Amino acid sequence: MFGKIVGALKYRRQFLDLLAGVPHYETYVLHCRTRHPGEPILSRGEFVRQAQEARYNAKGGKVSRCC
Amino acid sequence: MPDEVRTMRGKWKSVLLWICISLVGAVSFAAVAIARGEAVNAVWLVAAAVCWYAAAYRFYARFIARKALALDDRRMTPSELHNDGKDFVPTHKGVLFGHHFAAIAGAGPLVGPILATQMGYLPGTLWIIVGAVFAGAVQDFVVLFASMRRDGKSLGEMIKDEMGRTAGLIAMIGIFGIMIILLAVLALIVVKALAGSPWGTFTIAATIPIALLMGIYMRYIRPGRVTEASVAGLMLLIAALVYGREIADNFLLAPLFTLSGTTIAYLLIGYAFAASVIPVWLLLAPRDYLSTFLKIGTIAALAVGILVVSPDLLMPGISTFANGTGPVFSGNIFPFLFITIACGSVSGFHALISSGTTPKMIERESHATPIGYGAMLTESFVALMALIAACILTPGVYFAINSPAAVIGTDVGQAAATISSWGYSVTPEQLTELSRDIGESSVLSRTGGAPTLAVGMAHVLSAAIGGKALMSFWYHFAILFEALFILTTVDAGTRVGRFMVQELLGTAAKRLGDTESFAGNAIGTAICVFAWGYFLVQGVIDPLGGVNSLWALFGIANQMLAGMALLFCTTILFKMGKKAYVWVTLLPAAWLLVVTMAAGFQKLFHAQPSIGFLAQARQYQAALDEGRIIGAAEDLGQMGQIVRSNYVNAAICGLFILAALTVLVSSARIWYGVLAGRTFELRESPGVRREPDPKGA
Repeated sequence: MFGKIVGALKYRRQFLDLLAGVPHYETYVLHCRTRHPGEPILSRGEFVRQAQEARYNAKGGKVSRCC
Repeated sequence: MPDEVRTMRGKWKSVLLWICISLVGAVSFAAVAIARGEAVNAVWLVAAAVCWYAAAYRFYARFIARKALALDDRRMTPSELHNDGKDFVPTHKGVLFGHHFAAIAGAGPLVGPILATQMGYLPGTLWIIVGAVFAGAVQDFVVLFASMRRDGKSLGEMIKDEMGRTAGLIAMIGIFGIMIILLAVLALIVVKALAGSPWGTFTIAATIPIALLMGIYMRYIRPGRVTEASVAGLMLLIAALVYGREIADNFLLAPLFTLSGTTIAYLLIGYAFAASVIPVWLLLAPRDYLSTFLKIGTIAALAVGILVVSPDLLMPGISTFANGTGPVFSGNIFPFLFITIACGSVSGFHALISSGTTPKMIERESHATPIGYGAMLTESFVALMALIAACILTPGVYFAINSPAAVIGTDVGQAAATISSWGYSVTPEQLTELSRDIGESSVLSRTGGAPTLAVGMAHVLSAAIGGKALMSFWYHFAILFEALFILTTVDAGTRVGRFMVQELLGTAAKRLGDTESFAGNAIGTAICVFAWGYFLVQGVIDPLGGVNSLWALFGIANQMLAGMALLFCTTILFKMGKKAYVWVTLLPAAWLLVVTMAAGFQKLFHAQPSIGFLAQARQYQAALDEGRIIGAAEDLGQMGQIVRSNYVNAAICGLFILAALTVLVSSARIWYGVLAGRTFELRESPGVRREPDPKGA
């Protein structure tokens, strides 16, 4: 039970970010390091800025929130 | 112990558990349904609903997952195939549930049930629960599944791929139409909640500088720190809320923030234009974060509050207005209850969200059950809480807040007498005292649902914390919470609408379609803002309060979109060769089409002016011809405007009906083809098998 709670706490930052609709930066960094080593990694500010642009640009009828 | 014995023992436990859950559900439902003449406690309603949800999730959702959709955890999901660390990321199902729920939860499920309360709590409760279990959650689940099998394509693209270009184009136009009506009706709700309320108006105005500060913080001071900035923003917001009372009491500042409905409407239109044109990081995004955290926090607080306070429902199970003569909205239970409560039971808009970012992040196919089906059950529960918040008010008070001025007048004495004559006794003193308790000048005709919910929430939350002394604080807190996330939807929706307009314009003139060019941007935004602004202003001067016509139009559009989404789901089930299971989506689709066609035709052709758009246009035209001014119109100009807007509403309504019928015809042709033995290509992405997991998971 305790282990489960600690396990859940591990996700708290990702949970809060995704609740607000922002992709999780640490996950991205981990992804870049393991999958594309040596390639440049976006800074946190740049990463969030691009994510914000993408969320509200509605290309192809994409809607990010509901009534 | 042999495995077989262990599973047998587990099975018995499970059977026992589900027998208990069914019993609790049945007893609660009986307590709710049988009670006559005495108040029912809200907790019975909550218990009945939770048991229904649990049983539906355990049995029906699992049945759909295994039999109809055949979810396959060995098949790789888009998040694994296209993992880019950003849009496509395999995400823990709990985290993704939060993301999905935050995206589908909006103002809709809070407003519809409150309006529907005029018929009593029973019809609304039944539709919220049954609708979610058999229609809403099924739609969200199957659309999520379909998008997950197609690399996260949007609903519009999927309809085009599977059902042809015409159906796709019509669905896109339908989506734009519902967007416009949605923005107008949501903005109208904010107008109704803020008109003549300096405290509320000040707090909402304060969200703009707070959001700007957050935007600058996240851009320059601590780049990309979203949660941090949101926490700081929330604290500033609470400070503004507390200070708002001083503003309302200050004789110099109060008039500055005491605005008429029309003024607020024009301010909102100007604001939405600005918010949609300037860079998103500055205003739109930070407001979105602020409202999301406030929304989730408040919903949780309300749930805890209802359980702790366990208030009685004072509204009767079925009121005298169940026959469609009520003051809040016109029309009979069938079909109008089923379009008034749209979100919360079934919402076509969810089909857009379920085919948005969520399918790109899902980790295993089986997670679609808790995320698609489960999140909708949670939303349905939110709708139920809104209904409870309206039903714990004295019915007389509920009708005083929700009846238009044309029916009950603008004076407490007259209003109390009129409402008491309906059989829901209320005294002028009660109404005056309530308005003093919540710190507003009047509670009469605060239609649109938001003030009712805020009064209900203030009752619950002040009973838990602070008592009467904090009631006005809680009321304005609730207004802030609703207005903030409605306005966020309005800005974000305006921006979405702008891109849709620009996409259409781009086919005519390439320069206008360039979303980076300032001229194209401004023109696209202006067209979009003008479109919903037109309906908003029309709603503000509407003789029956605007909500009566616009909410119905929105409900029809939203349920029709749901109907179209379910027709699409049925089509892919046919194409997948699941003939035996098509009823899962076909039955709710049929029901929604019947309901929306009936409502649409009544809104068009009903002889009663409060229901039929054409009848109301004729009534006002006749008066105009004689030079008489009737209803809430102030001059002949407004009379003409009411006539015109009724014709516009009728045209929009007719357009929605045509759109739904076209999609029905194009899907029926495919179904017939499948039944006649022809084969149609299913446009799923090719399935890739995952290497067996060493852990055996």
